[in-house]
Amino acid sequence: MSVASIEVSETPLVLYTLRRADDALILGHRLSEWCGHAPMLEEDMALANMGLDLLGQARELYGYAAKVEGRGNDEDKFAYLRDVRQYRNLLLVEQPNGDFAQTMVRQFFYAMFADLYWRGMVRSSDTTLAAIAARSEKESAYHVRHSSEWVVRLGDGTEESHRRAQNAIDGLWAYTGEMFAIDDSERGLIDRGIVIDPTALRPPWLKTITTVVSEATLALPSDDWMQKGGRDGRHSEHLGHLLSELQSMQRSFPGATW
Amino acid sequence: MATPNIPLWEVFIRSRNGLAHKHVGSLHATDATLALQAARDIYTRRGEGLSIWVVPSSAITASDPSEKGMMFEPAESKIYRHPTFYDVPDEVGHM
Repeated sequence: MSVASIEVSETPLVLYTLRRADDALILGHRLSEWCGHAPMLEEDMALANMGLDLLGQARELYGYAAKVEGRGNDEDKFAYLRDVRQYRNLLLVEQPNGDFAQTMVRQFFYAMFADLYWRGMVRSSDTTLAAIAARSEKESAYHVRHSSEWVVRLGDGTEESHRRAQNAIDGLWAYTGEMFAIDDSERGLIDRGIVIDPTALRPPWLKTITTVVSEATLALPSDDWMQKGGRDGRHSEHLGHLLSELQSMQRSFPGATW
Repeated sequence: MATPNIPLWEVFIRSRNGLAHKHVGSLHATDATLALQAARDIYTRRGEGLSIWVVPSSAITASDPSEKGMMFEPAESKIYRHPTFYDVPDEVGHM
């Protein structure tokens, strides 16, 4: 037994908000997958904490998207009753946890971006998005600190940790371009001052990333070819598996509560 | 989850209502920076604190439990060290 997916009227602001909400939900879910599996108890708690930060951000963004859309959808419907093609998150955040280095490098790339992004969005003319940004910025600032400390230690640690960290950077690099991309639907919002232009965030992002990566005795790939598609619902094969788990309860027992 | 060869740290938190840093527990971390982060994640999740100290457990010199007779019992018989042997004049009021 299953329940049909919802329909969403993706006006530019709804689509924009859903994209950011999906980033937070999917990355938060990935971090939650570490629960009980992290290399040490302390890190198990840290990863779950960051996952909960992201889940909180997702809830606020879904709530706002639902309000703007005004069609009776809500945070649960957005999370549980959209198909993989309706998800708008970055390809980066849906990439599997892999080893600990892969999880940390993914977190490092995203948190570095999110921190710059939320700090910019505090000045949004949209008061709800600005308020969400003010709260999220403090969370992402901590995620930056946590993940960059680990990247330095993994890169400048043992031969094995260095190799794994470098593999993670090489494997995830092509997914970083999407964070700074815009399309026509976002351009209108940027022109009206509702959201910031992410292309301006790439130079400061690259500068900080480069500093940390070199401190870690690691290297960034020279290849700048970037993967894309997540923002339009064209995902890697990993997201469907993630959603089948995330949505299994509501898909199997529609409307179930406890 | 085993944590082989990872140093132990003692965690002290100063709570919201001031007072001194209080020992709250311990954790494993490879260095001071990560110990501080782990302390934040483990011991301040419910808004318990505004300041954290982490100290390597190895830096603590502890009294030997087997010496507690020599260390602490002599104080037990010296009740005159408590300020209870003088009368407070009524005019002083509540102290």
